[in-house]
Amino acid sequence: MRRMLQILALTVMLAAAVTWLATGADIGWTKTTKPNGTLDEVTGIVDQTPVKCFVAGVDFLALGFGGAALLAGASVFFRKPNTNNQQNDQ
Amino acid sequence: MKLTHFVPLVSLATVVCAAPESFDFKDPKGVNNVVFKLDAPLESINGSASGISGTVSFDPENPAATSGKITVASGSLTVPNPLQKEHLHSANWLDVEKYPEITFETKSLANAKTDGNVTTADVTGTFSLHGVSKEITAPVTLTYLKDKLGDRVPNLKGDLLVIRASFSINRNDFNIQKGKSEDKVADVINLTLSIAGAAAKP
Repeated sequence: MRRMLQILALTVMLAAAVTWLATGADIGWTKTTKPNGTLDEVTGIVDQTPVKCFVAGVDFLALGFGGAALLAGASVFFRKPNTNNQQNDQ
Repeated sequence: MKLTHFVPLVSLATVVCAAPESFDFKDPKGVNNVVFKLDAPLESINGSASGISGTVSFDPENPAATSGKITVASGSLTVPNPLQKEHLHSANWLDVEKYPEITFETKSLANAKTDGNVTTADVTGTFSLHGVSKEITAPVTLTYLKDKLGDRVPNLKGDLLVIRASFSINRNDFNIQKGKSEDKVADVINLTLSIAGAAAKP
Protein backbone atom coordinates (compact mmCIF):
# COMPACT_ATOMS: atom_id res chain seq x y z
CA MET A 1 0.00 0.00 0.00
CA ARG A 2 2.83 2.37 0.96
CA ARG A 3 4.63 1.77 -2.32
CA MET A 4 1.38 2.07 -4.28
CA LEU A 5 0.62 5.51 -2.78
CA GLN A 6 4.17 6.67 -3.53
CA ILE A 7 3.88 5.56 -7.14
CA LEU A 8 0.47 7.23 -7.40
CA ALA A 9 1.91 10.48 -5.96
CA LEU A 10 4.72 10.42 -8.51
CA THR A 11 2.24 9.72 -11.31
CA VAL A 12 -0.05 12.62 -10.26
CA MET A 13 2.91 14.99 -10.03
CA LEU A 14 4.27 13.96 -13.42
CA ALA A 15 0.82 14.11 -15.04
CA ALA A 16 0.29 17.66 -13.72
CA ALA A 17 3.74 18.77 -14.89
CA VAL A 18 3.39 17.17 -18.34
CA THR A 19 -0.12 18.64 -18.83
CA TRP A 20 1.11 22.09 -17.77
CA LEU A 21 4.07 21.89 -20.15
CA ALA A 22 2.02 20.44 -23.02
CA THR A 23 -0.59 23.22 -22.83
CA GLY A 24 1.99 25.97 -23.05
CA ALA A 25 3.53 26.29 -19.56
CA ASP A 26 1.28 29.26 -18.83
CA ILE A 27 2.19 31.15 -15.67
CA GLY A 28 -1.32 32.59 -15.28
CA TRP A 29 -4.56 31.00 -14.10
CA THR A 30 -6.05 27.93 -15.79
CA LYS A 31 -8.16 28.83 -18.80
CA THR A 32 -10.92 26.82 -20.43
CA THR A 33 -11.65 29.23 -23.28
CA LYS A 34 -9.78 31.62 -25.54
CA PRO A 35 -10.97 34.34 -27.94
CA ASN A 36 -11.84 33.13 -31.44
CA GLY A 37 -9.51 35.73 -32.97
CA THR A 38 -10.99 35.61 -36.48
CA LEU A 39 -10.89 38.91 -38.37
CA ASP A 40 -14.11 40.18 -39.93
CA GLU A 41 -12.66 41.48 -43.19
CA VAL A 42 -15.46 43.94 -43.95
CA THR A 43 -15.50 45.74 -40.60
CA GLY A 44 -11.97 44.95 -39.38
CA ILE A 45 -13.36 43.72 -36.06
CA VAL A 46 -11.59 40.78 -34.42
CA ASP A 47 -14.09 38.20 -33.15
CA GLN A 48 -13.71 37.74 -29.38
CA THR A 49 -16.30 34.96 -29.06
CA PRO A 50 -14.88 32.39 -26.60
CA VAL A 51 -13.96 29.01 -28.00
CA LYS A 52 -13.19 25.97 -25.84
CA CYS A 53 -9.50 25.49 -25.16
CA PHE A 54 -7.78 24.09 -22.08
CA VAL A 55 -4.64 25.84 -20.87
CA ALA A 56 -3.32 24.59 -17.55
CA GLY A 57 -2.16 27.39 -15.29
CA VAL A 58 -0.11 27.56 -12.12
CA ASP A 59 -3.21 26.73 -10.05
CA PHE A 60 -3.50 23.43 -11.94
CA LEU A 61 0.19 22.75 -11.32
CA ALA A 62 -0.15 23.62 -7.62
CA LEU A 63 -3.21 21.39 -7.30
CA GLY A 64 -1.35 18.50 -8.95
CA PHE A 65 1.73 18.94 -6.78
CA GLY A 66 -0.41 19.43 -3.68
CA GLY A 67 -2.34 16.24 -4.41
CA ALA A 68 0.94 14.38 -4.95
CA ALA A 69 2.28 15.71 -1.64
CA LEU A 70 -0.87 14.53 0.16
CA LEU A 71 -0.59 11.07 -1.36
CA ALA A 72 3.11 10.87 -0.51
CA GLY A 73 2.34 12.10 3.02
CA ALA A 74 -0.44 9.55 3.44
CA SER A 75 1.96 6.78 2.50
CA VAL A 76 3.93 7.49 5.73
CA PHE A 77 1.01 6.10 7.73
CA PHE A 78 1.42 2.69 6.17
CA ARG A 79 4.10 0.41 7.55
CA LYS A 80 7.14 -0.50 5.50
CA PRO A 81 7.13 -4.12 4.34
CA ASN A 82 9.06 -6.05 7.03
CA THR A 83 12.17 -7.20 5.12
CA ASN A 84 13.96 -8.48 8.30
CA ASN A 85 11.33 -11.15 8.88
CA GLN A 86 11.67 -12.32 5.31
CA GLN A 87 15.46 -12.54 5.68
CA ASN A 88 15.12 -14.42 9.01
CA ASP A 89 12.69 -16.89 7.43
CA GLN A 90 15.28 -17.72 4.79
CA MET B 1 -44.72 70.27 -64.38
CA LYS B 2 -44.51 73.87 -63.28
CA LEU B 3 -41.32 75.08 -61.67
CA THR B 4 -43.27 76.01 -58.54
CA HIS B 5 -44.21 72.32 -58.14
CA PHE B 6 -40.74 71.07 -58.94
CA VAL B 7 -38.90 73.09 -56.28
CA PRO B 8 -40.71 71.55 -53.26
CA LEU B 9 -40.15 68.07 -54.70
CA VAL B 10 -36.42 68.66 -55.04
CA SER B 11 -36.33 70.06 -51.50
CA LEU B 12 -38.18 67.02 -50.19
CA ALA B 13 -35.79 64.68 -52.00
CA THR B 14 -32.84 66.53 -50.52
CA VAL B 15 -34.29 66.25 -47.04
CA VAL B 16 -34.96 62.52 -47.55
CA CYS B 17 -31.43 61.89 -48.85
CA ALA B 18 -29.82 63.86 -46.02
CA ALA B 19 -31.86 62.16 -43.32
CA PRO B 20 -29.78 60.35 -40.69
CA GLU B 21 -29.70 56.57 -40.94
CA SER B 22 -30.58 54.34 -38.03
CA PHE B 23 -28.00 51.60 -37.49
CA ASP B 24 -28.96 48.45 -35.62
CA PHE B 25 -26.08 47.02 -33.56
CA LYS B 26 -27.51 43.55 -32.99
CA ASP B 27 -24.91 41.91 -35.19
CA PRO B 28 -26.10 38.81 -37.08
CA LYS B 29 -22.49 37.60 -37.32
CA GLY B 30 -21.94 38.05 -33.57
CA VAL B 31 -18.51 39.66 -33.77
CA ASN B 32 -19.44 42.90 -32.00
CA ASN B 33 -17.58 43.02 -28.73
CA VAL B 34 -16.34 44.96 -25.75
CA VAL B 35 -12.98 43.87 -24.37
CA PHE B 36 -12.19 44.67 -20.75
CA LYS B 37 -8.90 44.46 -18.92
CA LEU B 38 -8.06 44.75 -15.24
CA ASP B 39 -4.66 44.45 -13.64
CA ALA B 40 -4.24 41.66 -11.09
CA PRO B 41 -1.17 40.27 -9.28
CA LEU B 42 -0.58 36.99 -11.17
CA GLU B 43 -1.78 38.18 -14.58
CA SER B 44 -4.16 40.81 -15.93
CA ILE B 45 -7.77 39.74 -16.24
CA ASN B 46 -8.77 39.95 -19.89
CA GLY B 47 -12.36 39.34 -20.85
CA SER B 48 -15.00 40.28 -23.36
CA ALA B 49 -18.71 40.75 -23.80
CA SER B 50 -20.66 39.93 -26.93
CA GLY B 51 -24.31 40.46 -26.03
CA ILE B 52 -24.52 43.86 -27.71
CA SER B 53 -27.62 45.63 -29.00
CA GLY B 54 -28.87 49.16 -29.56
CA THR B 55 -29.33 51.72 -32.28
CA VAL B 56 -27.29 54.69 -33.40
CA SER B 57 -28.53 57.49 -35.61
CA PHE B 58 -25.77 58.63 -37.97
CA ASP B 59 -25.84 61.17 -40.75
CA PRO B 60 -22.82 60.90 -43.07
CA GLU B 61 -23.36 64.56 -44.00
CA ASN B 62 -23.35 65.61 -40.35
CA PRO B 63 -21.46 63.06 -38.19
CA ALA B 64 -21.40 65.48 -35.25
CA ALA B 65 -25.14 64.91 -34.85
CA THR B 66 -24.64 61.20 -34.11
CA SER B 67 -26.74 59.92 -31.23
CA GLY B 68 -27.85 56.60 -29.85
CA LYS B 69 -27.74 54.02 -27.12
CA ILE B 70 -25.69 50.83 -26.89
CA THR B 71 -26.61 48.06 -24.47
CA VAL B 72 -24.40 45.18 -23.32
CA ALA B 73 -25.98 42.17 -21.62
CA SER B 74 -24.08 41.76 -18.32
CA GLY B 75 -24.51 37.99 -18.52
CA SER B 76 -22.49 37.91 -21.75
CA LEU B 77 -19.32 39.07 -19.96
CA THR B 78 -16.81 36.28 -19.96
CA VAL B 79 -13.24 35.59 -18.86
CA PRO B 80 -11.15 32.53 -19.76
CA ASN B 81 -11.04 31.19 -16.18
CA PRO B 82 -14.39 29.58 -15.18
CA LEU B 83 -14.02 30.40 -11.46
CA GLN B 84 -13.26 34.05 -12.21
CA LYS B 85 -16.29 34.16 -14.52
CA GLU B 86 -18.48 32.78 -11.73
CA HIS B 87 -17.17 35.46 -9.34
CA LEU B 88 -17.60 38.20 -11.96
CA HIS B 89 -21.30 37.35 -12.44
CA SER B 90 -21.98 36.88 -8.73
CA ALA B 91 -23.83 39.27 -6.39
CA ASN B 92 -20.46 40.34 -4.92
CA TRP B 93 -19.24 41.75 -8.21
CA LEU B 94 -21.49 42.61 -11.19
CA ASP B 95 -24.66 40.93 -9.88
CA VAL B 96 -25.85 40.16 -13.40
CA GLU B 97 -29.24 38.94 -12.19
CA LYS B 98 -30.05 42.25 -10.52
CA TYR B 99 -28.30 44.44 -13.12
CA PRO B 100 -28.71 42.60 -16.44
CA GLU B 101 -27.66 45.52 -18.65
CA ILE B 102 -24.72 47.87 -19.07
CA THR B 103 -25.63 50.89 -21.20
CA PHE B 104 -24.11 53.92 -22.82
CA GLU B 105 -26.38 56.67 -24.12
CA THR B 106 -24.88 59.57 -26.05
CA LYS B 107 -25.46 63.19 -25.10
CA SER B 108 -23.16 65.02 -27.48
CA LEU B 109 -20.21 64.72 -29.85
CA ALA B 110 -17.40 67.27 -29.74
CA ASN B 111 -14.28 67.88 -31.83
CA ALA B 112 -15.71 65.90 -34.75
CA LYS B 113 -13.25 65.61 -37.64
CA THR B 114 -14.04 63.70 -40.82
CA ASP B 115 -11.47 62.35 -43.23
CA GLY B 116 -13.06 60.37 -46.06
CA ASN B 117 -15.40 57.87 -44.44
CA VAL B 118 -13.76 58.07 -41.00
CA THR B 119 -14.90 60.49 -38.30
CA THR B 120 -13.11 60.94 -35.01
CA ALA B 121 -14.74 62.76 -32.11
CA ASP B 122 -15.09 62.91 -28.35
CA VAL B 123 -18.39 61.44 -27.31
CA THR B 124 -20.03 62.39 -24.04
CA GLY B 125 -22.80 60.29 -22.64
CA THR B 126 -24.26 58.46 -19.69
CA PHE B 127 -22.61 55.18 -18.79
CA SER B 128 -24.71 52.93 -16.55
CA LEU B 129 -23.22 49.93 -14.79
CA HIS B 130 -24.19 48.03 -11.64
CA GLY B 131 -27.09 50.41 -10.99
CA VAL B 132 -24.92 53.54 -11.11
CA SER B 133 -25.00 56.11 -13.94
CA LYS B 134 -22.15 58.49 -14.60
CA GLU B 135 -21.37 60.93 -17.37
CA ILE B 136 -18.18 60.05 -19.22
CA THR B 137 -16.33 61.37 -22.27
CA ALA B 138 -14.36 59.07 -24.55
CA PRO B 139 -12.61 59.34 -27.90
CA VAL B 140 -14.56 57.53 -30.61
CA THR B 141 -13.94 56.58 -34.23
CA LEU B 142 -16.87 56.16 -36.59
CA THR B 143 -16.26 54.45 -39.92
CA TYR B 144 -19.09 54.72 -42.44
CA LEU B 145 -19.08 51.87 -44.96
CA LYS B 146 -21.57 52.76 -47.64
CA ASP B 147 -23.29 49.83 -49.40
CA LYS B 148 -21.10 47.29 -47.56
CA LEU B 149 -23.86 45.45 -45.70
CA GLY B 150 -24.25 42.98 -48.59
CA ASP B 151 -20.57 42.01 -48.24
CA ARG B 152 -21.28 40.81 -44.70
CA VAL B 153 -24.83 39.58 -44.90
CA PRO B 154 -25.77 38.10 -48.28
CA ASN B 155 -29.13 39.16 -49.77
CA LEU B 156 -29.17 42.40 -47.78
CA LYS B 157 -28.46 45.86 -49.10
CA GLY B 158 -27.46 48.81 -46.98
CA ASP B 159 -24.72 50.56 -45.11
CA LEU B 160 -22.51 49.70 -42.16
CA LEU B 161 -21.25 51.89 -39.35
CA VAL B 162 -18.24 50.68 -37.36
CA ILE B 163 -17.73 52.29 -33.96
CA ARG B 164 -14.51 51.97 -32.00
CA ALA B 165 -13.84 53.51 -28.62
CA SER B 166 -11.38 53.01 -25.78
CA PHE B 167 -11.83 54.39 -22.31
CA SER B 168 -11.31 53.59 -18.65
CA ILE B 169 -13.63 53.51 -15.70
CA ASN B 170 -13.07 52.92 -12.00
CA ARG B 171 -15.01 50.06 -10.45
CA ASN B 172 -15.21 51.99 -7.15
CA ASP B 173 -17.25 54.69 -8.96
CA PHE B 174 -19.82 52.04 -9.82
CA ASN B 175 -19.94 50.42 -6.37
CA ILE B 176 -18.34 47.20 -7.59
CA GLN B 177 -16.63 45.84 -4.47
CA LYS B 178 -15.99 49.47 -3.51
CA GLY B 179 -12.72 49.77 -1.57
CA LYS B 180 -12.35 46.01 -1.42
CA SER B 181 -9.99 43.48 -2.98
CA GLU B 182 -7.82 46.20 -4.54
CA ASP B 183 -4.75 44.08 -3.82
CA LYS B 184 -6.29 41.33 -5.99
CA VAL B 185 -8.12 43.29 -8.71
CA ALA B 186 -7.26 46.83 -9.82
CA ASP B 187 -9.74 49.66 -9.48
CA VAL B 188 -9.23 50.77 -13.10
CA ILE B 189 -11.03 48.85 -15.84
CA ASN B 190 -9.87 49.47 -19.42
CA LEU B 191 -12.63 49.05 -21.98
CA THR B 192 -12.32 48.74 -25.76
CA LEU B 193 -15.47 48.78 -27.86
CA SER B 194 -15.52 47.41 -31.43
CA ILE B 195 -18.99 47.23 -32.91
CA ALA B 196 -20.61 47.33 -36.33
CA GLY B 197 -24.19 48.38 -36.99
CA ALA B 198 -26.28 47.85 -40.08
CA ALA B 199 -28.78 50.12 -41.81
CA ALA B 200 -30.63 47.90 -44.25
CA LYS B 201 -32.23 49.39 -47.34
CA PRO B 202 -35.14 47.90 -49.28
